Amino acid sequence: MNPFLAAVAIGIAFGWTLERAGLGSAPKLAGQFYFTDLTVFKVMFSAIVTAMLGAFWLSRLGILDLSQVYVPETYLLPQLAGGLLFGAGFVIAGLCPGTSCVAAATGRGDGAMVMLGMFSGVLATGLAFAPLCHFYESTARGPLVLPDLLHVNYGVIVFAVVGMALIAFQFAERLEKRA
Amino acid sequence: MSEGFWKRFRGLEVSRSRGKSATARPQAYADPYVAGTCLGLVLLASFVIAGRGLGASGAFASSAAGLVAAASPARAAANPYFAPYLGAGGPWSEWLLFEIAGVVLGGFLSALAAGRLRAAIERGPRLGRGSRLACAFGGGAVMGIGAVLARGCTSGLALTGGALLSAGSWLFMIAAFAGAYLFAPMVRKAWR
Repeated sequence: MNPFLAAVAIGIAFGWTLERAGLGSAPKLAGQFYFTDLTVFKVMFSAIVTAMLGAFWLSRLGILDLSQVYVPETYLLPQLAGGLLFGAGFVIAGLCPGTSCVAAATGRGDGAMVMLGMFSGVLATGLAFAPLCHFYESTARGPLVLPDLLHVNYGVIVFAVVGMALIAFQFAERLEKRA
Repeated sequence: MSEGFWKRFRGLEVSRSRGKSATARPQAYADPYVAGTCLGLVLLASFVIAGRGLGASGAFASSAAGLVAAASPARAAANPYFAPYLGAGGPWSEWLLFEIAGVVLGGFLSALAAGRLRAAIERGPRLGRGSRLACAFGGGAVMGIGAVLARGCTSGLALTGGALLSAGSWLFMIAAFAGAYLFAPMVRKAWR
């Protein structure tokens, strides 16, 4: 399959599911951070659990070679600082980069503005990158995965993540009822 | 499968009553667990078909690199952040750009099918339209800085790397939720 055609097809399915879940709507996403609507958490973690279990079993059955799948590399301090900044931006904007595209595509002007802001932020940071370069490359750990970090079997971590997600889902339902 | 399970799936079906009347109400959103499971299957399909997961911020980075290269090829080539995007087929043939074009199309088609396409500026009850657009731009820009530093966003780093158990992805995810919850009380007026 042509990789660009596959990219468009995968993107269509991605955008479709985000829109179906209501994740093109900023007030709905923002509800996550005031404990009134935990859709963001529920969608994200059921997706993580599904894909994690799927990847684990497909690789066990020899259908998927996990060593051929690109694992995001770990840079401890940049990802900690970047994550904190990203989260602050997320609650101000009410949308993340992917969902801003869905918001804009469904007629929301605020979604288009988040896309423009995101683009400007990336452009400005890229242009002023020289002094950040050292920090950006610091605390590199390569494609480190949790089983290697914690010295536990891959399957144990998979099991633990599923268990934590199930408990967190129960907790999320209770929080929403209280709100 | 129980009937209740399939009822939950209805939210994912294409509405057949669309367009019958101008006052037709938009369909309700799908159950978050069902939608999340579907999203997980899309991500898994991406692992199998493309050997990589989903993403979003990379498309912004690649197009920013493309813009800089168009304005000044020398400057882009000398920039340590943009230069890697200029290799191979160039910044405009980045996989994630095609994927994001798909996201826009998929989001549009889904909203069209569900009767949810509507021009709007969505905002909290106490925020004006101008302030909302300023927050959208400002928040987007702050996310852009964070995504550059972290090398990804909610899609490519948190979702994709989370499913692959990347340590940095889980760190980013925890940090992003922490950052959002810490900042939420300060921007409460924007949403509540």
